[in-house]
Amino acid sequence: MFDTISGKLQNAFKNLRGLGKISEDNVSDSLREVRLALLDADVNFKVARDFIERVKTKALGQEVLQSVHPGQQIIKVIHDELVDLLGSSNAALNLSGSPTCIMMVGLHGSGKTTSSAKLAKLLLKQGRQPLLVAADVYRPAAMDQLETLGKQIDVPVFAKKGETDVLKIAREAIDFARANVRNTVIFDTAGRLQIDEPLVQELVRLRDLVKPQEILLVLDAATGQEAVNVATHFDQALNITGSILTKLDGDARGGAALSMKAVTGKPIKLAGTGEKLEDFEPFHPERMASRILGMGDVVSLVERAAAAVDEDEARRMEEKMRKGLFTLEDFLEQLRQMKKLGSLESIVGMLPGGSDMLKGADISKSEKEFKRMEALICAMTVKERRAPTILNASRRIRIAKGTGVHVSELNTMLNKFNQMQQMMKKMGKFQKMMMKKGGGLPGMFGR
Amino acid sequence: MESRGRANPAGQLIRSQFLMGLFDKFKAGLQKTHSKLVHEIKRIVTRSPKLTGGSLEELEAALIGADLGMQMTEQIIEAVKKAYETQGKEGADVFTIASAEVEKSLSTTSNQLKKADSGLTVVSIVGVNGTGKTTTSAKMAHMIQLQGKTAVLGACDTFRAAAIEQLKLWGQRVKVPVIAGADKADPAAVAHDAITASLARHADYLFIDTAGRLHTKHNLMQELQKLHRVMGKQLAGAPHEVLLVLDGTTGMNALNQAREFHKAVPLTGLVVTKLDGTSKGGMVVAIQKELGLPIKFIGLGEQADDLQPFDAKQFAEALFSEKE
Ligand SMILES: Nc1nc2c(ncn2[C@@H]2O[C@H](COP(=O)(O)OP(=O)(O)OP(=O)(O)O)[C@@H](O)[C@H]2O)c(=O)[nH]1
Ligand SMILES: Nc1nc2c(ncn2[C@@H]2O[C@H](COP(=O)(O)OP(=O)(O)OP(=O)(O)O)[C@@H](O)[C@H]2O)c(=O)[nH]1
Ligand SMILES: [Mg+2]
Ligand SMILES: [Mg+2]
Repeated sequence: MFDTISGKLQNAFKNLRGLGKISEDNVSDSLREVRLALLDADVNFKVARDFIERVKTKALGQEVLQSVHPGQQIIKVIHDELVDLLGSSNAALNLSGSPTCIMMVGLHGSGKTTSSAKLAKLLLKQGRQPLLVAADVYRPAAMDQLETLGKQIDVPVFAKKGETDVLKIAREAIDFARANVRNTVIFDTAGRLQIDEPLVQELVRLRDLVKPQEILLVLDAATGQEAVNVATHFDQALNITGSILTKLDGDARGGAALSMKAVTGKPIKLAGTGEKLEDFEPFHPERMASRILGMGDVVSLVERAAAAVDEDEARRMEEKMRKGLFTLEDFLEQLRQMKKLGSLESIVGMLPGGSDMLKGADISKSEKEFKRMEALICAMTVKERRAPTILNASRRIRIAKGTGVHVSELNTMLNKFNQMQQMMKKMGKFQKMMMKKGGGLPGMFGR
Repeated sequence: MESRGRANPAGQLIRSQFLMGLFDKFKAGLQKTHSKLVHEIKRIVTRSPKLTGGSLEELEAALIGADLGMQMTEQIIEAVKKAYETQGKEGADVFTIASAEVEKSLSTTSNQLKKADSGLTVVSIVGVNGTGKTTTSAKMAHMIQLQGKTAVLGACDTFRAAAIEQLKLWGQRVKVPVIAGADKADPAAVAHDAITASLARHADYLFIDTAGRLHTKHNLMQELQKLHRVMGKQLAGAPHEVLLVLDGTTGMNALNQAREFHKAVPLTGLVVTKLDGTSKGGMVVAIQKELGLPIKFIGLGEQADDLQPFDAKQFAEALFSEKE
C-alpha cells in the first residue's frame, strides 16, 4: 500500500546513506525529497512540513553529526519520527460499560456499515455478544445492507424501517440489548459531511443519549488533504476516541493515516483490508511506519499465522523446513492451514514488496493452482507423500488420472515442491545467522 | 483582483435563472476551496510581491492543499515564475495565471453524454468502493428522464450487501425501471437481461451500476472486462460510455484509479462526486492532463438532482474566483 512512498523515501535514503559527512545543505536536499514523497502520499502539507522540521533539527544535532555513519543516523531519526507521528502503541478498544456502546461516524462511503459488521464479527470472536444498530435513516437500503451483513455473521441487527428518528431507534436498541443480553451495541450511522451542521448535531445528540465508550471515525485510506479537516471537525464536534482506516487493501499511499494522528492525537485503532468481513485487523503504528519505509508487514502476517496455526505444530514444521525434512504430507497440511489465514491476496499484500507483486498478478490463478496442488497430493498414498522419490512413471500416471490433469502438470508441481524445499533449507540457515547477529535498525536498510 | 466571472457580465446575464441556480449551488459547494486558495495566494502576493523561494513554497502548499498534486502544482508555479520574468511584477497576477493554467488543462472536446448512432445507448458506471456509483447512476437516469427521454437502470452490483435493494429504491424514487437479478448472480447475465429489456422498451439510455472494485484487484478488473465484452457482443458499440466515478475527497490515489481502470476498460469520461463538501477535487486536473479524459458530471449532494454537467470554465471560475 505504501509502495510508492516507500520507493521515494528509499531513494532519499540511498542518497543519505552514502553521506560520510553531513552538512545543512545535503540534509536539506534529501529532506526535500522526503517531503515531496510525503505530499505525494497525501500527507497533509502542514503535517509534512512539521515533520520535516523536526527531523531536520534532530538530524543537524550533535549526536548525529558525531556518529560514525551520520547518513544512517538520519534514517533512524526519520523512522523514529514516523513511528512517533503514527502513535507508538496499539490502542485497544474501551469495552467498559453495560452495555458497551460504540458509534461509527464518518464521510459518505468511507466504510462505516461494513466496518460495523467487521467489528461485530471481531468482538463475537472475542466472546462478546454484539448487537448491530441500523442508525442510518437516510441512505437508501442502508438498513437492508446492515441486516444482510448481520445475517452473514449471525449477529442480531436492530432496525426499524421507516423510522426517521435516530434517537428513538437508539433508545429502543439499548432496551433491546438489555432485554436480550447483548453486551456490546454498535451504532452504524449515516455518512455525512463534517460541515453539515444539522447532521453533525444529530450525532452529538446520539452521543449524548447513548454515552458511547468509543466514537470511531471511519476514514478511507485514499483520502486526500481533506483528511485533516474531516478529522479535526468530527473530533471537535464529538470528541472521537479513535479511528478506523479502511480500504488498505488498495494501493492508496495512506498519508491520511499520518495526518489524522497528527491533528487529533487520537489513535487509529483498526484497519479494513478488504470487502469481506474477516478483512479487519488491529492497527499497529510501528508496523505501519515500517511499511512506509518499505519493509512490508511481516509482523502482521506472523501474528495472523499464530492465530490460525497451532504453535507447537508450527515449531515442528519450522524445524522440518530448516532441516529439509519437509514432505508433501506437510505441504498438504500447510496448504490447508494457509486457507485459514485468509485469501492469498491479503497474505501476499503483507509481504515486503507484496503490493507491487500483486499489481497485475493473477492471484485467483495462483489460488486455483494451490487448489490443484491440494488435489494432486490428495490423490497420492501416504507413502508417496512422505517419500516423493518413489514416484515413478506409473505412479505419476495414476495420480494424474485420478485428479484429471496431465502428467506434465504433476511433474511441474513436484519440481516446484523440490525448489521450495531447497529454498527452505537456505532460509533456515539464513534465519539462524540473523538470530546470532541480532536485528537492529541498520540491518533493516540492507547494511 | 478581477474575477473571471465579473469580467464578463454579458455572459452571466444570458444564463437562465435555472442555470444560475445550479451555478450558485456549485459555487457554494466549492466556496471553501476558493476562499482558502484566494486568501493564501493574496497573502503571498501582497506580502512578497517578488517571488522568493519562500513564497513559492507557500504557493505550492496552497495548491497541494487543494489536492492538485505535485505535477500540476509545479506546472502552475513554473507558469507564475515565467510570467514574473517576462512581465515584471506589475503585469503578473498569480491568481490569473493559476486560474488560466487550470482552465487550460481542463478544456476538453466534449462533456456531453454520448449517444449511440441509433437506438439504445449503454452507459457503464465503474469505480472503486463507495465513490458514489449507485447514486450517480440514479441521478443520471433522473436527468435523462427530465430531458424527456427514457432510461433504464441495470443492477449489476450483485456482490455488495443490499446493493440491488439500494438501486431498486432509487429506481422507485426517480421513477425509472430497474432490471435486477438474484444476489450473487453473474453481473454479465444481469447486464444481458438489462439490455434485452431496454431494447424491448425502446429506451434511450441504459445505466449499468457496477460493483465497487479496487483497481489493484486483477480478477475483479477481469470481471469488469468480461461484463463489457458481453454487452458488446449483444449490442454493437455497447457500452458506449464508460464513466469512472471518483470521490472528490480522494487524494493522489485517484490518478492510480483512473490509470488502472482506463487500462482495463477504456474509459470515456469521469464523474467527480461529493464536491458539495470541502473537498476540492483538484486531482482531476492531473488526471485529465495525463489521460485526456473529459470530466462529464459533478456530484453535489445525495439527492436525485444533485448532479451537474461539468463545465471547465465554471470549474476554474469557481475554483479561483472571489465570491461576491
Ligand atoms: N476493498 C475494500 N472495500 C471496503 C473496505 N471497507 C468497506 N469497503 C467497501 O466500501 C464500500 C462502502 O462501504 P460502506 O460500509 O457501505 O460505507 P459507509 O460508510 O457505510 O457508506 P454510507 O453509509 O453511504 O456513508 C462498499 O463497497 C464496501 O464493500 C475495505 O477495507 N476494503
Ligand atoms: N455528499 C454527497 N454524497 C454523495 C454524493 N454521491 C454519493 N454520495 C453518498 O455516498 C455514499 C456512497 O454512495 P453509493 O452510490 O452507494 O456509492 P457506490 O460507489 O455505489 O458504492 P459501492 O457500490 O459500495 O462501491 C452514499 O451515502 C451516497 O449518498 C455526492 O455527490 N455528495
Ligand atoms: Mg453505511
Ligand atoms: Mg453501489
